[in-house]
Amino acid sequence: MGRYIVQRIIYMIVTMFVIVALTFFSMKLLPGTPYKNQEKLSPEMIELLNHKYGLDKPLPVQFVKYVGDLLKGDLGVSFQFDGRPVTEIIGERLPVSADLGFEAMVIGLVFGLLLGIIAGLRRNTVWDYGSMIVAVIGVSVPSFVLAQLMQYYFAVKHHWLPVAYWEGPAYHILPDIALGFGPVATIARYMRTAMVDTLNQDYIEMARAKGLSRPAVTFKHAVRNSLIPIVTIVGPMAVNLMTGVLVIENIFAIPGIGDQFVTSVYTNDYPMIMGTTIMYSVAFIVVVFIVDLLYGVIDPRIRLAGGES
Amino acid sequence: MENILEIKDLHVSFDTYGGEVQAVRGVNLELKKGETLAIVGESGSGKSVTSKTIMRLLPKPAARIKSGEIWFNGKDLTKLSEKEMQKIRGSEISMIFQDPMTSLNPTMSIGKQIMEGLRKHQKLGKQEALQRAIELLDLVGIPNPEARVKQYPHQFSGGMRQRVVIAIALACNPKVLIADEPTTALDVTIQAQILDLMKDLQNKMQTSIILITHDLGVVANMAQRVAVMYGGKIVETGTVDEIFYRPKHPYTWGLLSSMPRLHSKTDELLAIPGTPPDLSNPPKGCPFAPRCPHAMKVCVEYMPDYTTLSETQKTACWLLDERAPKVEPPEIIAVGGAGK
Amino acid sequence: MMAVSKKEITQDMFQPAVIDKSLQEQVSGPSIGFWSDGFRRLRKNKAAMVSAFIILLIVIMALVGPHMSKYGIDDQDLKRSNLPPRISALANIHWLPFDGKNEQGVDVYKERGIKQDLWFGADKLGRDLWTRVWKGTQISLFIAVVAAAADLIIGVAYGGISAYFGGQVDNIMQRILEVLNGIPNLVIIILLIIVMQPGIPAIILAIAMTGWIGMARIIRGEVLKLKNLEFVLAARTLGASDSRIISKHMVPNTMSMIIIHTMFSVPGAIFFEAFLSFIGLGLQPPKASLGVLINEGYKMLSLHPYQALFPGVIISLLLICFNIFGDGLRDAFDPKLRQ
Repeated sequence: MGRYIVQRIIYMIVTMFVIVALTFFSMKLLPGTPYKNQEKLSPEMIELLNHKYGLDKPLPVQFVKYVGDLLKGDLGVSFQFDGRPVTEIIGERLPVSADLGFEAMVIGLVFGLLLGIIAGLRRNTVWDYGSMIVAVIGVSVPSFVLAQLMQYYFAVKHHWLPVAYWEGPAYHILPDIALGFGPVATIARYMRTAMVDTLNQDYIEMARAKGLSRPAVTFKHAVRNSLIPIVTIVGPMAVNLMTGVLVIENIFAIPGIGDQFVTSVYTNDYPMIMGTTIMYSVAFIVVVFIVDLLYGVIDPRIRLAGGES
Repeated sequence: MENILEIKDLHVSFDTYGGEVQAVRGVNLELKKGETLAIVGESGSGKSVTSKTIMRLLPKPAARIKSGEIWFNGKDLTKLSEKEMQKIRGSEISMIFQDPMTSLNPTMSIGKQIMEGLRKHQKLGKQEALQRAIELLDLVGIPNPEARVKQYPHQFSGGMRQRVVIAIALACNPKVLIADEPTTALDVTIQAQILDLMKDLQNKMQTSIILITHDLGVVANMAQRVAVMYGGKIVETGTVDEIFYRPKHPYTWGLLSSMPRLHSKTDELLAIPGTPPDLSNPPKGCPFAPRCPHAMKVCVEYMPDYTTLSETQKTACWLLDERAPKVEPPEIIAVGGAGK
Repeated sequence: MMAVSKKEITQDMFQPAVIDKSLQEQVSGPSIGFWSDGFRRLRKNKAAMVSAFIILLIVIMALVGPHMSKYGIDDQDLKRSNLPPRISALANIHWLPFDGKNEQGVDVYKERGIKQDLWFGADKLGRDLWTRVWKGTQISLFIAVVAAAADLIIGVAYGGISAYFGGQVDNIMQRILEVLNGIPNLVIIILLIIVMQPGIPAIILAIAMTGWIGMARIIRGEVLKLKNLEFVLAARTLGASDSRIISKHMVPNTMSMIIIHTMFSVPGAIFFEAFLSFIGLGLQPPKASLGVLINEGYKMLSLHPYQALFPGVIISLLLICFNIFGDGLRDAFDPKLRQ
């Protein structure tokens, strides 16, 4: 097990390095300057600014400096927000995204598992077809289309809910649902497949042969084992949701990290883009790693296999 | 001896896309207290379906009991509700499955899997159930049971897993144990160990066993009586001696001739040519007629009735009719007496 | 001894029966090949067939739709600015949005004296949305198909080579894949778009760059499995060459997996294109794709909801149908599901 973890950590470090290098050098390929009101700046001013931010040094030197700072937890300062540290801006916006993402994830898990279990248990009945129609729609319809539709119908047309912003609980409802519908559908589909697969296993028949009641067979044996494949998809899904889904934050004017990211892209705010990308990648990689470890806890077969490999 | 289980004229069908498949077509069987009854036949003969019908574990809604009765302990199992059936499963009638690699839940410790039945049927507390689980593991010959009880199935070898499955099945001292090909998935050397274990436990616990198998070696080793199934029907029943030494049905002859044995004069292994009948369109006569070397016109048209040959042996074959020509069983059976 | 109608059974029936021996070996039911069996099951799947039909319809409309209107994709006319949709034949069905009235219930056509029906209305520059929506569908489909094809080629080549040659080659290729897979897709796509400047090539490259990994893994898994199956080992023992084994054994047996995976990567690509265009990193106006149109429509959502409605409905329909059809294909052709 220890060897496996060490090996995985080495991979994670290599991956992170590749991502940092990739982000850093692609930023340098961008046309234009990263400064606010760049049209109004004279070449001398730009040179001065470049000197100030260390952009006049050779690329490798800049890169080494960036990585060095990164290791100290310093992501540099934003060009657009008057030199505020990137970490500070992320620290301010990330909690909002995490809040939204967490709520959407809860919706996804509760309703997704419920629909998936029902569909798997009542295969080829109205329940199954109903759940799967909902799931196909949820998987297919892009969140930005759904979000617009809901925003128009519930907020613009009928004024039942606020159109945008992130203030009281009522403001959470539309974004949560718009963001959570996809996860509901994805989880429901995976859960149904897993349930159908598990219910066909010999050990389910064995559990029934022991005289266990239907709920006991369903929950202690079938659902528990069906949850194993779900864990793998839920981890990365949670990161995606919590680190800000660009379009939902954009549509509902939610001051989260995704909304910030889009702005940074438009304005060539290098340190901001890089900081956000790196933060997102770290979160993603770490969560995938945790999920793999968690997998071992849930599935005893992996625990041993992981240790052996 | 008194019958503990009695099956009367059982018909079971599966509804498939291709239409109705009549898997079991009028089976009559009785199981006596403490005996081992073997049901033999090739795949698709209906032997597994019969055993699952007793447990009422047929897949719903595809399979249904069309008619017939299964009497156990004064109750007709076919009429019981699912709740009533749950009380019987695992406590009074239990089952050993074919493949120990897939019949244990991979994510649950084997201790928990044994305890489940105990807690449900015997209402034991957690500690008592755990204690009993350890005793059971010891009983089925698993060394170091205190440590093993916490382990997971993948930490056991195939033979050891089958011992665990047996421990689960015997946990509540069932009156009837159905063993569906209990050794087919195991190595030959392990097979004998598992069979010995089952015999040993049967003596200790006085359990009646229904042994489903296609392996006549296993039958000779374990059973007192044999029922030979073909095409959803029982074509011949008798004691082990009768079936092995005085078989009357050509299908039984075929089965015995296709069995390899050490001390036979011939080297050849005789296969029965042809394939089993298509039960979605069952033949109106004897199901074996198309493959039978002695088939007569009547065999194709009418299903023969049982001819009672002794108190224990019954055979359904037109050859036993007085009008039929005399046919001798193949030399291999007449000379050697198979299997023993 | 006999219970059955004894009289019918006469002595002559105890003569040996003539049984056609050829019938004995006959397997009941005709044997059905993998592909024809798959197609038979696919045809039985009504939802999948309806989906295929709708996809076909949308593809045809994407090709001929832009020619049905006399206005071009960039023909602007401020007189038609934000003109609601009208289809005279359907104008009296009140729940359909084709009555030519705006949100306030004013008949804009009458107000501005426009005779010509604009079936999907017009945007704020007065461009005909019918033309733009179908042209946009065409571009979205084009991007998706090319990206999916690129996915397929890179993925099959990478996965196939990795698994077929195995050993050190496989080891190195898998380590590279592992690192690449650790990078979030969104990061690659956005960086690539930023660097290359938004446009069709950048979008296709971005989608293909991230999509092939899944395909490569599936192919590698399948080939590894096949490589050790008896019939491939047998072919090798008999001296078949690499290329023969690949073309005669590997390709046909992995084909179904490839088709199924591709069927899912097309809607994935449609979605990604729309997503990129929606956040402004995709196609740039006046070019139209479904994503661009939804983005433009969204800006007018509160006043003229129909402008986002049509592209939104079409993209949703396309994605739903592709997913249902993909599910149907998988159910019909996945060898693992065949029983």
